[in-house]
Amino acid sequence: MSDLPVLKGVLVLLGCQLLGEVIVRLLGLEVPGPVVGMVVFLVVLRVSRPRPSSSLVRGPALLLNHLQLLFVPAGVGVIVYLDELRADALPLAAGLWVSWLLGLVVTGAVVASLARIGRK
Amino acid sequence: MIPLVGWHPHETWHWLSTSPLLGITLTLAAYAVGRWAHRRTGSPLLQPVLVAVVLVGAVLLATGIPYRDYLHGAAFIGFWLGPATVALALPLHHEWHLVRRAAVPVVAGVVAGAFVSITAAVLVTRFAGGGRTLQLTMAPKAATTPVSLALSAQIGGLPALTAVLTILAGITGAVVGPWVLDRIGIRDLRARGLALGAASHGIGTSRALHENRTEGAFSALSMGLTALATSLLVPVLLLFL
Repeated sequence: MSDLPVLKGVLVLLGCQLLGEVIVRLLGLEVPGPVVGMVVFLVVLRVSRPRPSSSLVRGPALLLNHLQLLFVPAGVGVIVYLDELRADALPLAAGLWVSWLLGLVVTGAVVASLARIGRK
Repeated sequence: MIPLVGWHPHETWHWLSTSPLLGITLTLAAYAVGRWAHRRTGSPLLQPVLVAVVLVGAVLLATGIPYRDYLHGAAFIGFWLGPATVALALPLHHEWHLVRRAAVPVVAGVVAGAFVSITAAVLVTRFAGGGRTLQLTMAPKAATTPVSLALSAQIGGLPALTAVLTILAGITGAVVGPWVLDRIGIRDLRARGLALGAASHGIGTSRALHENRTEGAFSALSMGLTALATSLLVPVLLLFL
């Protein structure tokens, strides 16, 4: 195992996603497969309690470290829509940033106030 | 006599521009430049994903390589978003003692955030002059890419444009999210992480993970729950919006 520090961890991630994707399809759930896979992997971690040097930690840590890389291909899709973005610049910019800001502020404020009440 | 060597620029270019090798190499190289620029300057504006998207986009536009051909290779990188979403269980596991005790604020915050995100996305796009297709394209943008894309297709938006908007929302969160939270005085690490994950999914989470371990864990949790809440709320809210 010491020769393959990352491989086993990545294999477990793929297995959890596979299980998640199969579960949502079998049961016709409206939930994305990878999110169910995340729950499956959480159960694996809670049960096995791997050490920090374990492949179960190092494989996922490698992917999380480079999370931003994985969004690049879809983000480059912006070049296909340059004309649409220019033509509808105002509704797109306003819709995107106003709703982004409200989502951020409301979530933060609700959690902060409830957490404060919880502590009293 | 058949010559042993020739000069075949057109054939070579055709092979290169459609080969998966180019898309993968270009994406990794642009990301490496983004990482380097981010580390070198320490500027939150230079998020690696933003630098990489601009660089790759510029190369494709300059060379005339269609996005579809670029995806031959780049799709291999995008594929790992699924396993990376699964991997977000790791920070959750590390901070489980905090997560378990915060169940009520977490669920309330995520549901409120998803409700406001979807409603504001549709209404503001409409009031700013956007048509129905544009409103539907905007509606699921707070959920992480694979989810927002699928939802957009389901409700009649433009899925690829939704993916772009989702990533722009993510980049916005990575660039200015923590600054906005500072301005409005939200210092609770759990609230900050949840807010970043709810508004800016995986890209916001990558910023949160770099800021603080607790903030990162709650952002990962929020991203997963927001994906869930958005999938459930979008079809319902659209009946009224």
